[in-house]
Amino acid sequence: MTHPEDIKKHIRKLFIDQKLAVLSTHRSGQPYASLVAFVGKEDLKEIFFVTSRSTRKHANLSADSRVALLINSSMNVDADFHEAVCVTAQGYAEEIGGAEKVQVLKRYLAKHPYLEDFANAPTCALIGVKITSYVLVKNFQHVMELSIEQ
Amino acid sequence: MKWILSPSEINQDHRNRIGGKAYTLFLMAREGFKIPETLFLTVDAYNEFVIATGLRERILLELNRKKFKDMRWEEIWDCATRIRNLFLKKPIPKHLDVELTAQLQSRFNGKTVAVRSSAPDEDAAGSSFAGLHESFINVRGTESIIKHVRLVWASLWSDAALLYRQEIGLDFQKSAMAVVLQETVTGNRSGVVFSQNPSDETQGIIESVYGFNQGLVDGRVEPDRWILDREKHTILSHNPVERSHWLIPSENGVEMVPLPQDLSQRPPISTEEALKIYGLACRAEALFKKPQDVEWTIQNDTLYLLQSRPITTLLSNKNEDKRAWYLSLHRSFENLKALRKTIEEKLIPEMKQTARDLADKDLTMLSHGKLADEIQKRWEINHSWVNVYWEEFIPYAHGIRLFGQYYNDAVQPDDPYEFMNLLTHTQMASLERNRMLEDLAGMVRSDPELLEKLQAGNALVLNPEFGKKVDGFIVKFGDLSCAVTGGTECATDTRPLFKLLVEMAANPSSLKPRKQMKDAGALEKNFLGCFEGSKRKEAMDLLDLARSSYRLRDDDNIYLGRIEAQLLTAVMEGRTRVEKSSCREIHSSEIDKLKSVIHDLDYGNGKQELAAFTDEYGFKVKPRQLVGQPAGPGLSRGKARVIRHHLDLQDFKNAEILVCDSVDPNMTFVIPLAAGVVERRGGMLIHGAIIAREYGLPCVTGIPDATSLIRTGDEITVDGYLGIVTLLQKGL
Repeated sequence: MTHPEDIKKHIRKLFIDQKLAVLSTHRSGQPYASLVAFVGKEDLKEIFFVTSRSTRKHANLSADSRVALLINSSMNVDADFHEAVCVTAQGYAEEIGGAEKVQVLKRYLAKHPYLEDFANAPTCALIGVKITSYVLVKNFQHVMELSIEQ
Repeated sequence: MKWILSPSEINQDHRNRIGGKAYTLFLMAREGFKIPETLFLTVDAYNEFVIATGLRERILLELNRKKFKDMRWEEIWDCATRIRNLFLKKPIPKHLDVELTAQLQSRFNGKTVAVRSSAPDEDAAGSSFAGLHESFINVRGTESIIKHVRLVWASLWSDAALLYRQEIGLDFQKSAMAVVLQETVTGNRSGVVFSQNPSDETQGIIESVYGFNQGLVDGRVEPDRWILDREKHTILSHNPVERSHWLIPSENGVEMVPLPQDLSQRPPISTEEALKIYGLACRAEALFKKPQDVEWTIQNDTLYLLQSRPITTLLSNKNEDKRAWYLSLHRSFENLKALRKTIEEKLIPEMKQTARDLADKDLTMLSHGKLADEIQKRWEINHSWVNVYWEEFIPYAHGIRLFGQYYNDAVQPDDPYEFMNLLTHTQMASLERNRMLEDLAGMVRSDPELLEKLQAGNALVLNPEFGKKVDGFIVKFGDLSCAVTGGTECATDTRPLFKLLVEMAANPSSLKPRKQMKDAGALEKNFLGCFEGSKRKEAMDLLDLARSSYRLRDDDNIYLGRIEAQLLTAVMEGRTRVEKSSCREIHSSEIDKLKSVIHDLDYGNGKQELAAFTDEYGFKVKPRQLVGQPAGPGLSRGKARVIRHHLDLQDFKNAEILVCDSVDPNMTFVIPLAAGVVERRGGMLIHGAIIAREYGLPCVTGIPDATSLIRTGDEITVDGYLGIVTLLQKGL
């Protein structure tokens, strides 16, 4: 796995197969983790999710836009230890609005049609995380990093 | 769930639960063939064991450390060794142990049994695993039977079995093992019968020995052989042999002893018995509708059938089966003893003499044409020794593996490589070389004037004692400027040696093995204490063989290096002459011949390309944590020194981590300075790992692309316990 494409193909597969990601934010040095329904941009440079503006995660990322997202293929079985692939994405979160929001929401709801009311609620925000790097773990302990010039 | 079934309980639905070998025995018993009392331990017992103990996932983690196809055989052997040890060490879950103990005690009650493998895979693949999985005979006592059942289970994951499964495309995740438990029939005459000769379909073959037929199957006892007419059922020929030994039951297993004089004078079976045995094979063939290879034994004139299977050599011709090759990866003790004699008494002395003879020749006295001939001759000599290296010396390394398995079976240590402590600190040639370096570095350290001269690169006028020792070192080991055994660069020059001595002089603590190994004396005593009588002698002989095998892993490279150094010396002399002639614009047919010979040798190639790390979309790959094989326990952190070309070594600094494609045996002189070793080539017993162990250094081997993913100056951590290398980010 020395060429970017070797890592990108694993990330693309996770983007397609997985619906949920663990989002990490922090406030005043206290880390916080939460589950989010996500969709990834095709060029892998951005990940989007929707959150209510009243949540702790929204407050946290409003105070500090640095976040991490973890997406993995584990099935909660023993075989996960040798089979599961996991990627941690690091980047900066910002709210998406305007025409871009319309476009992204279309893709978001194509993947998560059951979240239509939630995603369109005026109290919810569409967040885009501009990715600076991915850390891919496979075969239990093999770790490669893919950094991105935004 | 019934874990043990008797033949009367079997029906066709059980085939996948008891495996092909067991099912065949059941069918034969049903058809009235005389077989010993037999029980079948189903795959359910195996599955219960590996699931309840977590072994199933542990095995898959081992096998998925990296792509299987990227693993060298040595790495696969290492994996198999670790897995085998897990099978020996993991306690059997109590409910399974209680059930097995109760059933085995009631069914066999003190009788000895054969514990044989029976893998359902075999049926699925339509291929034979004959010889790939283990079987044991004459096992006495419930506890011992259960221990041998574990060994049969573990043999599902032997290196040869793994390679064969990969070859024929079987899924590791679905593999399981059933076991046949057969009451021992102490036959005094045994053998194998082929209903069809694999190389002549009009014939059949019987092979027979006195005693257990394990001696025949292992190749330890040579059999008498009969060729029969397949159609007429008549004997065409009998080939008697010199009968000297037989395999008989001992207290715990079997032992090979001389055959009594009266038996050695006559064949194990009569003509009448041969025909009866052949009739048995033909009945088996009729039953299974394929030519059969049948193992049999005769006890008190009663003929027993032990097992029957399709003739695998017929299959292998058809399927291009590589099973035989995988089996050949392992050598018997007898074979290795013979190899040792050849290597120690013939090949090593010849290598030393060859290097001496070549060194004695004054190349400067040769004409250009004669020098070209000499280079060609040296290339051929070197080439022939490289072949000897692969054909004789590499297989001899199996002595270490054979001992390792023997040690682990007897001692069942927590660390499957504990046995290596009994082999280290032997008199290896590279250690002698490093001691000489230590001596020279000591002189440099105590003589500031000499140190100053060496640091300034002004080493022309050295004190006579130092100069004499340096000359002595160079005569014996070269000046460290040449990459030998496959190397491509050479520039006769003492500067690399002097740079290294300056570095060593500044770091005296680096010059001694840094870690005391476990007390080898106590381990040896504990190991030998596991055996009594003739078994103890066997264990001592095997330890002695392993020590010789271990020592040779280093020495053969050093001796081969000396021969190659002589080739390189001649090439350098040729190059110098070619350069001089071109400066002076001299042309002659002799110079052209010299140019041509040097060009043909293609010295100077082999530079490694760095892997691609970026793409046009702004993505850049960086390794963070790389997984290889644990090859030397310990943890160290330091700057990487990546060796892509031999001369990179001269910049090696104290406490750096040596990162290389494969440790060139003649590059181990920097090991005393190193804090750790990372090697692309995998395996516990490769040269780099052995030297690292000798110095107690953390070592990780088998990291693909190690020399392109890691850069000189990268801060890295080498975890020799887990086989992991981590590249640290700044600030961490």
